[in-house]
Amino acid sequence: MSVLAVLARRELSLAWARGGGALLAVGFFVAAAVMLPLALGPAPERLAAVSGGVTWVVLSLASLLSLDRMFERDFEDGALDLLALGPLPLEIVAAVKCLAQWTVSGAPLAIAAPVVAVGLGAPVASAAMILAAAGLGGLAFAFLGGTGAALALASRRGGLLIAVVVLPLLTPPVIFGGAAIANFTGGLPWGAALSLLAAYALACVALTPFAMAGACRNAQS
Amino acid sequence: MFSALANPARFMAFSRWAAPILGVIAAGLIGAGLWLGLNAPPDYQQGETVKIMFIHVPAAWVAMLAYACLGGASFVSLVFRHARADAAAKAAAPLGAAFTGVALVTGSLWGRPMWGAWWVWGDARLVSVLVLFLLFLGYMALRASIDDEAKGARAAEILALVGLINLPIIKYSVEWWNTLHQGESIMRAGGPALDPVYLMPLLLAGAGYSAAFGALWLERIRAEVWRRRATSLALRVALA
Repeated sequence: MSVLAVLARRELSLAWARGGGALLAVGFFVAAAVMLPLALGPAPERLAAVSGGVTWVVLSLASLLSLDRMFERDFEDGALDLLALGPLPLEIVAAVKCLAQWTVSGAPLAIAAPVVAVGLGAPVASAAMILAAAGLGGLAFAFLGGTGAALALASRRGGLLIAVVVLPLLTPPVIFGGAAIANFTGGLPWGAALSLLAAYALACVALTPFAMAGACRNAQS
Repeated sequence: MFSALANPARFMAFSRWAAPILGVIAAGLIGAGLWLGLNAPPDYQQGETVKIMFIHVPAAWVAMLAYACLGGASFVSLVFRHARADAAAKAAAPLGAAFTGVALVTGSLWGRPMWGAWWVWGDARLVSVLVLFLLFLGYMALRASIDDEAKGARAAEILALVGLINLPIIKYSVEWWNTLHQGESIMRAGGPALDPVYLMPLLLAGAGYSAAFGALWLERIRAEVWRRRATSLALRVALA
């Protein structure tokens, strides 16, 4: 088996086992979305108007949840040092970690997103569109979140610091994804927003591993 | 010029004079700009509130300049591992946050009479300046939460560069978002073209703000250099 496959299997099983895996993120996502009608009141037209946007915001928050364990556990038990000495460059290791994070937390969240949005009153026809946007957005969230997690390694503050560092960077994907969903439900052209979201997500996949590897090396030194 | 200033003794000798001179220039330019600006005739649409512009717009300019300086200094520090560049990046962040805060507060004060609201989400520039403020805060939070100074510096540099790449995307995405939500029609600040009566004081104030930023930045870098010297002296005494 190639080194890459071994690493991918390790990261996937670690991400799955770590802190409840997918259940935690999806549980938070649904619970936070349930709070919304309780706070806004049950009027269906009001909920339907905000359903897409709220789904998108809660989704971005839910994807921040398990970030603090992404690098920290490997950093503490020394596995990250071994990975740095291994045959794969740290950039690839970081990218695999983020992809595992996306598979375990981003993809289940993307599957839950249309359910939550339709439950809040979004049209059923928008479900496929929301699934696609949430999947693409989740990719950007995972890679930007991984950057924050790697940067926070040198501190002992963890979770809250990652959120403060990462949230401003999430502005573009939140805008693109929210616009794609709003335009779709509003009957406007939505292709541009979805394309921009995809472009942003792919740019994150291509560029942030360098920042993550730099941050990991810095924390190790 | 920058490589010459990399020498610590030469930098300290240069900044010792440059900082106060820049400060005097800043005071003169801002004073002249505000004097001209406050004596300018009231705008036919905005009335007297147009004069907030002479405090507000230069602050927003310098806020962006500060992030550019922060990013540039971080890049130099990351590539050449130069201690002064790191001190410069560290010193620029709170200044940038302060200028961004001034731009936000004065923008809000201007918005109250003009838009009838303290904050209007429909104005793209207001929102992107707010995100810029959050970027500065994130940078300072990361830097402050890492005890090891060298590690904190390197992590903050990486974050600054990620933010520098992201900043234009954020700016254009917010503008694009704003055009999507054209439901509320917003009066554009300043109007189509600026009359020389307003342009002249605005440019004077802009140059003055930039000089003020330069003076404060140099002063803060000097303070950071002194602080590091004091720390290493204290260490040497403790170890002796």
